[in-house]
Amino acid sequence: MSDSLAVEARGLVKHFTSRKSVTKAVDGIDLSITEGSVFGLLGPNGAGKTTVVRMLATLLRPDAGTASVLGHDVVRDADAVRSAVGLTGQYASVDEDLTGTENLLMLARLYGFGPAAARRRVQGLLEAFDLADAGSRQVKTYSGGMHRRIDLAASLVLAPRVLFLDEPTTGLDPRSRNQVWDIVRVLVDDGATVLLTTQYLDEADQLADRIAVVDHGRTIAEGTSSELKRSVGEGAVHLRVAEVGDRARAAEITERVLGAEVTFDSDPHAIAARVPDAGADAVPRLLPALAEAGISVPEFSLGQPSLDEVFLALTGQPLPDDVEPGAEPGAEPGSDSGSGPGPGARESTEVSR
Amino acid sequence: MTTTLRDAVALTERPSRPSPVSTTLTFGWRALLKIKHVPEQLFDVLVSPIIFTLMFTYLFGGALAGSTQAYIQFLLPGILVQTILFVTIYTGYTLNTDISKGVFDRFRSLPIWRPSPVVGALLGDTVRYTIASVITISLGLILGFRPDGGILGVLLGVLLLLVFAFALSWTFIILGLLVRSPNAVMGISMMVLMPLTFASNVFVDPVTMPSGLRAFVGVNPVSHLVTAVRGLMAGSPDAAEIVWVLIASVILTAVLGPIAMRIYRTRT
Ligand SMILES: Nc1ncnc2c1ncn2[C@@H]1O[C@H](COP(=O)(O)OP(=O)(O)OP(=O)(O)O)[C@@H](O)[C@H]1O
Ligand SMILES: [Mg+2]
Repeated sequence: MSDSLAVEARGLVKHFTSRKSVTKAVDGIDLSITEGSVFGLLGPNGAGKTTVVRMLATLLRPDAGTASVLGHDVVRDADAVRSAVGLTGQYASVDEDLTGTENLLMLARLYGFGPAAARRRVQGLLEAFDLADAGSRQVKTYSGGMHRRIDLAASLVLAPRVLFLDEPTTGLDPRSRNQVWDIVRVLVDDGATVLLTTQYLDEADQLADRIAVVDHGRTIAEGTSSELKRSVGEGAVHLRVAEVGDRARAAEITERVLGAEVTFDSDPHAIAARVPDAGADAVPRLLPALAEAGISVPEFSLGQPSLDEVFLALTGQPLPDDVEPGAEPGAEPGSDSGSGPGPGARESTEVSR
Repeated sequence: MTTTLRDAVALTERPSRPSPVSTTLTFGWRALLKIKHVPEQLFDVLVSPIIFTLMFTYLFGGALAGSTQAYIQFLLPGILVQTILFVTIYTGYTLNTDISKGVFDRFRSLPIWRPSPVVGALLGDTVRYTIASVITISLGLILGFRPDGGILGVLLGVLLLLVFAFALSWTFIILGLLVRSPNAVMGISMMVLMPLTFASNVFVDPVTMPSGLRAFVGVNPVSHLVTAVRGLMAGSPDAAEIVWVLIASVILTAVLGPIAMRIYRTRT
């Protein structure tokens, strides 16, 4: 039964009403997550990702729609859901004043481990998460990466069959990020189902078997990473010129050779162009043409469009946060430039309806 | 890392669901750990009864009761009541801190008896109450407090006070669940408790007060509580007042407890 559903949601709705306005945080979301898979919920700030996770984790009651985890309804059968699910919230959900060991011990006791069994369990987890030395320190003294790891360890005390990770790597450096990714891969290898929310394209791309792109509380696209990329239709060329001053000329040549429209990244060196099927044959001629014009092109790649471009194509606006640590040897230089939009761009999709 | 991780996460035997008593005790243990790690939180508990006792005994004792000796017999049970009532605010304050930090999200996502985090926190509060009581009474004894009710009378007085304190805690738990920030909980609670403790018979006998104020002091629950505790400690228990306090505690708990738990369950 490899394709039974671990999480199923139909028409989930959650609106928050304040004195002045109604925020449609989640506005009719369907989810079908196969057991043993990683499902990525990708969306910008305020898209409704956390709200979906909180409903699935029984912390929030849906206004409408139904959801079940391993066949247990999240409203009627909340306790069964709680026994099967581990949650790592977006914000720290361990007690900062207690030590790492105390935090895990408390959870182990709350899950029903006896005193000795709890100690063994906690010791094992601390070692596996590289926290054995820090176990006796208060969590508030931990670094960001250690914080995330203790948070993750805390949600694994009962070896949950379904794990909800709400932006597990936001704010982590590339190394800590890779650690978290490795942990997720191991867990899934061992049969767990993971629902992961993220604002990072490459994270969804790397980890998730299926991805749902959400915005304003609705799913705007769903599929595997390559399906999503294909839905945008075409391949893409990304290149970086050595001299900023050459970019305009390079764009002109690219347009002429490929017969494709060129888009400019915020990186002043970079150009991207979606290649129409008809123009695919012309791609090999592009580099010589640029060389002939005396333009030096240190980076060039041809591949599927990045999820960034998918998002742009689906919503008509770029993802607000595409400053990627770029830890992976990605095939899309366009999305891992170190000079993406500044912090100001984060606000662009904050809901103001 | 991956093999140790696999071994560490794999679970050969699932534990059985713990009892409500066990989870509640675990939360009580957490409250003790927090006192151990953040002893500063006891500062108020320790300092304010000392300041109030010293100030009132020496500043006003002579004027109010003829001598500091006579006044401390009257004042101490009242100060104790005031101290413990102020300590109850911490219940709401710590609860609100947990909620605003996100720790409660994890607790609420656990398959446990739902009220256990709150009830466990109340258990932890007992430690604070005990410390505050011991400090206040010890200081009183040093200053010449000689209760006629003896050890038994004093213990019964403290016990009655704690019963009322736990009942009153539900008010602050509700406040802690509804209000936006821990400091707001503190502010609002102070605003309620200040007039209640000062417009009472904690510091002076109300016979000299103007009639309107005297009427208020008469119906003020704090006055009933103080009279009952004073009686027990002085060895002349006032049965009517004791029963009044007990009934008030039962009503507070029966009404506010379920409301608090309901808010706790449905909180977004
Ligand atoms: N308890 C609440 N009360 C009122 N509004 C809320 C509440 N929780 C969320 N919202 C609103 O609902 C919308 C969706 O929020 P949500 O936290 O689900 O977004 P998100 O996708 O997780 O965003 P982020 O990437 O910033 O974490 C936002 O506009 C948010 O302000
Ligand atoms: Mg979120």
